[in-house]
Amino acid sequence: MSEIKVDRVVDARGSHCPGPLMELIKTIRNAKIGEVIAVYSTDSGSKTDIPRWVEKAGHQLIGVYEREGYTEFIVKKVK
Amino acid sequence: MKRILVVGGGTGGTIVANVLARKLSRKEAEIIVVNDSSKHIYQPAFIYTALGYNLKERDIAREEKELLNKNVKLIIDNAVGIDVENRYVALERTGKLDYDYLVIATGSRIVPEEVPGYQIAYHFYSLEEARRLSKVLEEFTGGVIAVGIGGIPYKCPPAPAEFCCLLDYYFTRKKMRDKVEIHYLSPLPRTFPHEAVAEAITEMMEKKNIYWHPMFNIESVDPEKKIVYSLEGESLKFDLLVMVPPHRGAKVVEESGLGVDSGWIPVDKHTLQYKEYSEVYVIGDATNLPVSKSGAAAHFEAKVVGKRIYADITGQKSKLVYDGRVVCFCDAGFRKAIYMDFNYENPPKKPRFSYLWYLGKKMVNKLYWSLILGGTI
Ligand SMILES: Cc1cc2nc3c(=O)[nH]c(=O)nc-3n(C[C@H](O)[C@H](O)[C@H](O)COP(=O)(O)OP(=O)(O)OC[C@H]3O[C@@H](n4cnc5c(N)ncnc54)[C@H](O)[C@@H]3O)c2cc1C
Repeated sequence: MSEIKVDRVVDARGSHCPGPLMELIKTIRNAKIGEVIAVYSTDSGSKTDIPRWVEKAGHQLIGVYEREGYTEFIVKKVK
Repeated sequence: MKRILVVGGGTGGTIVANVLARKLSRKEAEIIVVNDSSKHIYQPAFIYTALGYNLKERDIAREEKELLNKNVKLIIDNAVGIDVENRYVALERTGKLDYDYLVIATGSRIVPEEVPGYQIAYHFYSLEEARRLSKVLEEFTGGVIAVGIGGIPYKCPPAPAEFCCLLDYYFTRKKMRDKVEIHYLSPLPRTFPHEAVAEAITEMMEKKNIYWHPMFNIESVDPEKKIVYSLEGESLKFDLLVMVPPHRGAKVVEESGLGVDSGWIPVDKHTLQYKEYSEVYVIGDATNLPVSKSGAAAHFEAKVVGKRIYADITGQKSKLVYDGRVVCFCDAGFRKAIYMDFNYENPPKKPRFSYLWYLGKKMVNKLYWSLILGGTI
């Protein structure tokens, strides 16, 4: 995945409230269209949450990667 | 003698100053708190104000001076510039103040005007607006009340869900619950960020007949048609809209170029230090940390920072770090509440609604003014 250029990294590891999805929504609201955001999460709920919200909000989930001790989600703001 | 300058005399700023003033003599340090108002306001009281509780003035606001240790100097002024490179803070009337240690505790501000059509909405994120909402609730004769969120992050993430539960209690007591539909517009696929807590809150909402809409982040409002629209493409017609306004970091933070995005200051999530400036700490709502913007987080962070600065001044090296701890009570009405306690490593467990936690919340409201702000607990 190293060829994907990430514009913003949201390190939400250890966040239970507001949690990684809220951190992503906050970042997407501030990002420009076309920007790519990486979210790091240790929250088990993110695996269903983030893809569901990204789909509903009409953005693009580029990838989900298992890292050492956390999951990385790569999301592109498309609208 | 070292000068410790604390900008912002809210929850975090007051605690950090008091912790330091109890540990350091006047010879060792001069501790200054700068706040733009002489009053200290207890923001959790806003929810109760909106719901018509008869709170005493002293439960809502007190003079900051009487809350600070006598060894702390309070300056009532507006900070207009923070220069970490040259180590000074510019105040509107007092001029420049330099420092050896700086603690930025300027909290957040609300910007409802960032949501198109916001004029029709009510909220409980300031005392004036909470009072305005209490009047409209008193006169409400029935219909759809939508409670939603106009921007992320916002203070006290459970507050809107809690408000829905308290609305249920409010209208039940008024014997008109059957005339009111309560809708919670959740920004997430759940009723609360953490799964285990969401389970408990969802069960409670369903029991109370509170409708909840997943993934509804308010984008705009049509004030004429009384329709609220979400970022995700949905809409809801309402009779009364209660919208948590978007928040931003303090103006001085944005204007000094310290914040990212909407003015939140990036800090080390453990040491709470700002970038390479080890003498600059940031606590509370002002940070960009992935913890809830809450008095509880500000409280625990302030204690860590107080102890770290003390250790530094007295020539010890403090290894104390912030572990991400937040505690939180959520009042569901009918004298029942839940309690959560979690940190970066340990997520909250599924909480139980009980009378005990309701009493706990009431106790915190009392202890806030003494033991919490005093830095004793
Ligand atoms: C309705 C509601 C309910 C809440 N309920 C809870 C709850 O149940 N539990 C909980 O833990 N938290 C709760 N909170 C959140 C809590 O009140 C805040 O998170 C907390 O006060 C943050 O502390 P702080 O020190 O970061 O900022 P604040 O307490 O907001 O203090 C910031 C201070 O900085 C001052 N300031 C800002 N800019 C300047 C400047 N340029 N110059 C000088 N002074 C400046 C401000 O006037 C203010 O006094 C609630 C908040 C609201 C609105």
